Amino acid sequence: MKKIETLEMINIYKSFQGVRANDNINLKVSSGEILGLLGENGAGKTTLMNILYGIYQPDAGEIRVNGHRISIDSPKASIDHGIGMVHQHFMLIQNHTVIENIALGYARAPMLFPQKKMRQSIVSFSEKFNFNIDPDKKVWQLSAGEQQRVEIIKALVNGAGLLILDEPTSVLTPQETRDFFHVLEKMRKDGQMIILISHKLDEIKKICDRVTVLRKGRVVGHACTEQMDKRSLARMMIGREVIFSFSREKMSRKEKVLDVVDVEVDGDKGYPVVNGISFEVYRNEIFGIAGVAGNGQRELVEAITGLRMVTHGRIRINDIDITNQSPRKIHNTGVSHVPEERIRFGIAPNLFLYENAILKQHHQKKFSRRAFLAYGRIKAHTRQLIKDFQVATPSINIQTKNLSGGNIQKLILGREIADKPDLLVASHPTYGLDVGATEYLRNQLLKRRAEGGAVLLVSEDLDEIFELCDRVAVIFQGKFMGILESDDSRIADIGLMMAGTKDLRTGEGADDSF
Amino acid sequence: MEEILISVVQRTLVAGTPLLLGTVGEIISERSGILNLGVEGVMAVGAVTAFIVTHHTGNPWLGLCAAIIAGMLISMVHAFASVSLQSNQVVSGLALTMLGLGVAGLLGKPYVGKPLAIKINAMPIPILSDIPWVGPVFFNQSPFFYMAVLLAIGTWFLLEHTLLGIRIRSTGENPKATETQGVNVSMVRYLSVITGGGFSAMAGAHLSISYSKSWIEGMTAGRGWIVIALTIFALWNPMRAVVGAFLFGGIFVLQYMLQPLGISPNFLAMLPYMATLLVLLVGGLRDSRRLNAPAMLAEPYRRGDR
Ligand SMILES: Nc1ncnc2c1ncn2[C@@H]1O[C@H](COP(=O)(O)OP(=O)(O)OP(=O)(O)O)[C@@H](O)[C@H]1O
Ligand SMILES: [Mg+2]
Repeated sequence: MKKIETLEMINIYKSFQGVRANDNINLKVSSGEILGLLGENGAGKTTLMNILYGIYQPDAGEIRVNGHRISIDSPKASIDHGIGMVHQHFMLIQNHTVIENIALGYARAPMLFPQKKMRQSIVSFSEKFNFNIDPDKKVWQLSAGEQQRVEIIKALVNGAGLLILDEPTSVLTPQETRDFFHVLEKMRKDGQMIILISHKLDEIKKICDRVTVLRKGRVVGHACTEQMDKRSLARMMIGREVIFSFSREKMSRKEKVLDVVDVEVDGDKGYPVVNGISFEVYRNEIFGIAGVAGNGQRELVEAITGLRMVTHGRIRINDIDITNQSPRKIHNTGVSHVPEERIRFGIAPNLFLYENAILKQHHQKKFSRRAFLAYGRIKAHTRQLIKDFQVATPSINIQTKNLSGGNIQKLILGREIADKPDLLVASHPTYGLDVGATEYLRNQLLKRRAEGGAVLLVSEDLDEIFELCDRVAVIFQGKFMGILESDDSRIADIGLMMAGTKDLRTGEGADDSF
Repeated sequence: MEEILISVVQRTLVAGTPLLLGTVGEIISERSGILNLGVEGVMAVGAVTAFIVTHHTGNPWLGLCAAIIAGMLISMVHAFASVSLQSNQVVSGLALTMLGLGVAGLLGKPYVGKPLAIKINAMPIPILSDIPWVGPVFFNQSPFFYMAVLLAIGTWFLLEHTLLGIRIRSTGENPKATETQGVNVSMVRYLSVITGGGFSAMAGAHLSISYSKSWIEGMTAGRGWIVIALTIFALWNPMRAVVGAFLFGGIFVLQYMLQPLGISPNFLAMLPYMATLLVLLVGGLRDSRRLNAPAMLAEPYRRGDR
């Protein structure tokens, strides 16, 4: 395998059932360079990278490595040319352990006893990024953030000459992202090249040398990141100004919606991962839970939405006890849920878009008559939904799996918010959304709050938490390290609390305690 | 009494041998994600091929080799339909059963009622077979028995402790993710189905050149279907298949023993399927993930599908 010095994609076309996903795209990267690939949801970024990785064949166009035309007819061919990829939707085998997942694609994996022989190297490799994951856990036991770390390790172990990163940091914590970027910077110094897709413009600005911007399948511009600021990047991407900060007017607390009392929940391995958590969420309030993935927030959310057994304690919604009730009952009580893994838990990928638009709500009067679905009304509702939430799709009569990642997310959010729940439980709601859609979504959450809804927001994105939440709880190893008001001065130290420091005693003039 | 017991256990192991061979083959195929309902047909082809070749050459080992090759070849039909054409695996598997049974009946017609002069006999293992009790039961068996057990253990080792095993299992769990890791999913599936066919054909050969030494149409007698049930009963684990195969083999023996007592053989023939349902029920109630069924079993895979 020769080292890749330059890679060019020339005049690439690709359409799906009449959708032009890529329309005459040109792109070039050279070694020692990090190229950002920007574009709104559905612009065709993933499609383009899948062509480069051999998952799709372009309708027309060519790919050149070091000036020579090459054909990439399968992921294997692409790997053989020294290309590695972190996929937007995790390409992991749920029933296998982390080791088995990494061994599968590792070029130097031993033929015999790979599980035993690779453990040590995987552990030390992941320590380089400060990723701590249990290599013997099965992937389905991991949270989205942990899965993302596995996905990254998988792509990096082979030391690819060209690394494609399709939204690699969407569910990482800021600290993890920083560590990961240090590794990328080192790779750049070693002469590797990287294509990075991200909707987090700060990241793009920080690490990329150049950006290429796509809109509706076409290249709308190239730029050097040095000369651009976040605002101009956003403008280039979506063609209008984006507001990055919100005014969240103060609201007085109304009656209690969610009441969690001393709840304990077991994890997938059978031992407790939520250890006695109590809190309340009120009307007109957005309550945030911040924490590093894997500290029990997933299990807590699943317990509240009825997907997981509560072993101890009570959960009440509007004073109705819903502890260990069925998810449907809980949903009917007024709880909506935006799950952290959209493909696995948020949609039924093979169903049509209009069917997915009413999941969990199909039995409501407005969508059904006795045993029959009222398709007319369902479709009208869906059309309204995709208009309000700007879901980019050629039609509502396509299988939902064919939407781009961000558009699937918009659909889920639209479905859950349009239901006007008393309590909206949202995990990483802006995961994979472009800046325009993020802005819209945050406005929607604030609107829900203003209308009297309560929102429980779980996120590793601290900016999002700070911007939206009235109160923030920090979770660590299944316990709350503290609940802070948004004007609490200790909030600046939230990073420390996420790492397990309890109750920083700053605040009332005790700043010197460190 | 002692003699009877030894003979019952011995016959149980003999009856379980073809079940074990077939099941291990089916496990390999299903672990790669391809459901092969053609086992019954492939077994019949194996049986008839082994018989014919042995009949003409006088060498049963040659017969066995020919049977394996025939089984692999005819399984390729199913591999082609389900992997390359992505057709419905249930339909294609049933077609394979029909095809196999038909071909075997046709080829075997001239040989009905002509017993072989030579067959593969029990092969006592020196020293071990002299151990009282254990010796005659476990170490004075047909080579098919030893092969079946060794192949089961070997397959377990392959699936659980080798890279190839991880590739096969990954293919059955998530072909798309597996392919993005540079594994040739089609090839893994072809190989698994073909290997599985070879195992089934061996099971058939056992029936015609070791268990008996004649060919009768329909001599597989539904064993191919028991294999399908057994694969589930064993929860896709070759080690559990060993236990399951001999358990079900015992039912075969009981069928003959209990018949004089007035217990319907149909009732006993039903037991393997009942046992399988029970395992699924009990296992599924506890934790369906523990059932271990390959996640993408029988799902056609096409590259580029989202
Ligand atoms: N296999 C497919 N079948 C049909 N349509 C597809 C398929 N793959 C992609 N598309 C369509 O192509 C367009 C581009 O999708 P793509 O996933 O490349 O967007 P993206 O830029 O990665 O967006 P996001 O930021 O949301 O991930 C979308 O409109 C999508 O619906
Ligand atoms: Mg994408």
